[in-house]
Amino acid sequence: MRHIISILLENEAGALSRVAGLFSARGYNIESLSVAPTEDPSLSRMTLVTRGSDEIVEQITKQLNKLVDVVKLLDLTEGSHIEREMMLIKVRVGNGGEREEVKRLADIFRGNIIDVSPASYVIELTGDGDKLDAFIQALGGITILETVRCGSMGIARGEKSLHL
Amino acid sequence: MELSGAEILVQFLKDEGVEYVFGYPGGSVLHIYDELYKQDEIKHILVRHEQAAAHAADGYARTSGKPGVVLVTSGPGVTNAVTGIATAYMDSIPMVVITGQVPTAVIGSDAFQEVDTVGITRPCSKHNFLVKDARDLAVTLKKAFHLATTGRPGPVVVDVPKDVTDPNVKIPYSYPESVSMRSYNPKVKGNARQIRRAVELILSARRPIIYSGGGVILSGAAESLTELARLLEIPVTSTLMGLGGYPASDRQFLGMLGMHGTYEANMAMHECDVLIAIGARFDDRVTGKIEQFCPDARIIHVDIDPASISKTVKVDVPIVGDVDSVLTDMLQLLRSSERRLDPEELKEWWALIERWRSANCLAYERDSELIKPQFVVEKLWEITAGDAFVSTDVGQHQMWSAQFYRFDRPGRFVTSGGLGTMGFGLPAAMGIQFANPGRDVACITGEGSIQMCIQELSTCFQYMLPLKIVNLNNRYLGMVRQWQEFFYGSRYSHSYMDALPDFVKLAESYGHVGMRIEKPAEVEDALKEAFALKERLVFLDFITDQTENVYPMIAAGKAHHEMEMSPKSVLI
Repeated sequence: MRHIISILLENEAGALSRVAGLFSARGYNIESLSVAPTEDPSLSRMTLVTRGSDEIVEQITKQLNKLVDVVKLLDLTEGSHIEREMMLIKVRVGNGGEREEVKRLADIFRGNIIDVSPASYVIELTGDGDKLDAFIQALGGITILETVRCGSMGIARGEKSLHL
Repeated sequence: MELSGAEILVQFLKDEGVEYVFGYPGGSVLHIYDELYKQDEIKHILVRHEQAAAHAADGYARTSGKPGVVLVTSGPGVTNAVTGIATAYMDSIPMVVITGQVPTAVIGSDAFQEVDTVGITRPCSKHNFLVKDARDLAVTLKKAFHLATTGRPGPVVVDVPKDVTDPNVKIPYSYPESVSMRSYNPKVKGNARQIRRAVELILSARRPIIYSGGGVILSGAAESLTELARLLEIPVTSTLMGLGGYPASDRQFLGMLGMHGTYEANMAMHECDVLIAIGARFDDRVTGKIEQFCPDARIIHVDIDPASISKTVKVDVPIVGDVDSVLTDMLQLLRSSERRLDPEELKEWWALIERWRSANCLAYERDSELIKPQFVVEKLWEITAGDAFVSTDVGQHQMWSAQFYRFDRPGRFVTSGGLGTMGFGLPAAMGIQFANPGRDVACITGEGSIQMCIQELSTCFQYMLPLKIVNLNNRYLGMVRQWQEFFYGSRYSHSYMDALPDFVKLAESYGHVGMRIEKPAEVEDALKEAFALKERLVFLDFITDQTENVYPMIAAGKAHHEMEMSPKSVLI
């Protein structure tokens, strides 16, 4: 089963590699990982998406908790939560038809075209992973020049929160 | 007080109460060594290879109750020490390893003797630090000692670049009495409700067994464990790491369990209805085939490390906490109640166990003309009155030590259980002797293992460590040979040790006493003579039977009741 785990960790050199190293050393898989400092600069917030049986995910959370740099952790999958991912995608739009088509698709998906050149657009799109996949599908015959996705970020719904 | 980084480091070790540092100098730690030179409070033990520094600190830690301290230089100093660090990590031994590093300005430039120490040691240490500023040195060292010695203990590495110990840069120092880390708060006290549930389950058992591990030794819980087992008359088996946690000569002790465990211990595990796992981690050498592990048992697991619980075997009553604290709470509950296990059921259980015990699974040929390795260990036990500190290397001799030297006290048996590090025995014995001056320290080893750190005989001479090295010399890498005999059609691929040195002369050339013993009748006298030489290291080279195997044996992938028995044991 897919699990989305939120981690507060010390914003210190090496903390990220401790987490990444744990996954490779113990053979767990990481589907995506995103990390950045929080409003408290001494803390980083990481969202990690992994897959595994209940037993494996239980071990993953225990092993993560054991890392000295991990301050707190929450398996968002256990409750209702919101998940978002951001994508920047550059497509080739050579003629008027393609430009129209991509503009319309971006509007449907509530994306923004944030860069325009004579032959390309960069579209910014936010949503869960499925929505981003669907957008890529929908581009159909349009040539994709590159995609950049940030990996899932997650937060619990309601008053439940991961903080110190 | 204004001190340089090097002065701070040495002053901190003094303030922390460190008595011994095991190490080896080199370029990036020269400032520190210069400070060590100027004082005599901290004794630095110069080993001959950095691996030995870590093993010696490990042996010291296991038998002193204090963390071992290692000091090595950057690059190869670190990589050599890694085996020792990983050994300590697998066996949860408290250790602080201070490593030199190239100056901060050149880190990452592939400088001379540079390695990524925190990168290399990350997966084999409890935690590690790179100190980039001398002002952080004292607090970081305090954190290292705190982490190493609390919770589930383990080695902590502190990497110190050379400029951080610069003698010309002075900064204020005061000893940090304590540190707090928001992300590290190991749980000591067990959950009261879980402890009550565990006690209920134990009292309802018909065929209970205690499976005790190294956590009992580390937590100093031998007394509580013994009291609990005796109060309830529950049989006790132990892992390799847990030996001595319950007196081996006691009737309630069934011997070690697992791959080379006794028939009675493994059968009792297989048939038990309540398993009480205490400070043990369900290692694969213990459990055998997981699907058939204790098939009828409900399992209680006491461990300080939550990640150890339900890692390989699902447990029914997990209790996270310090073993001694949890056992003390259990005992309190039991003492305040009249309830005990059903005496009739217990009697039947013991009758069954006694029947298994009568198989005499550790029997070996006693009238052989060749020296049987088991006989040597038995005699060693007799002559030292079961009270020596024993370190071992890894292989057959290690298993025979566990089976035939009956450890009645905790912290007497020092062996590399988790990592299985050949070369551990001799340097570990050095550390033990430093922690226990005047006591008998024996290193049981084999001609394969001893050669992996043989250079330490030189260290032993420098510090006049009167170790007794019991070399069970069968000219084979015995455990490899045994597996090849059983599972590879007796194709002894590279397990024969040809061109061995003359160990007697070797010992003598290092300034020690060497003896070669070739007949069973000479074993006892040789051991007596060796232990009578109180001031000298004696290397006893026992030429043993080449074909002897360790029994019983559970082959990999088999269950506890599927043991291969010695031809000498009684079939029941």
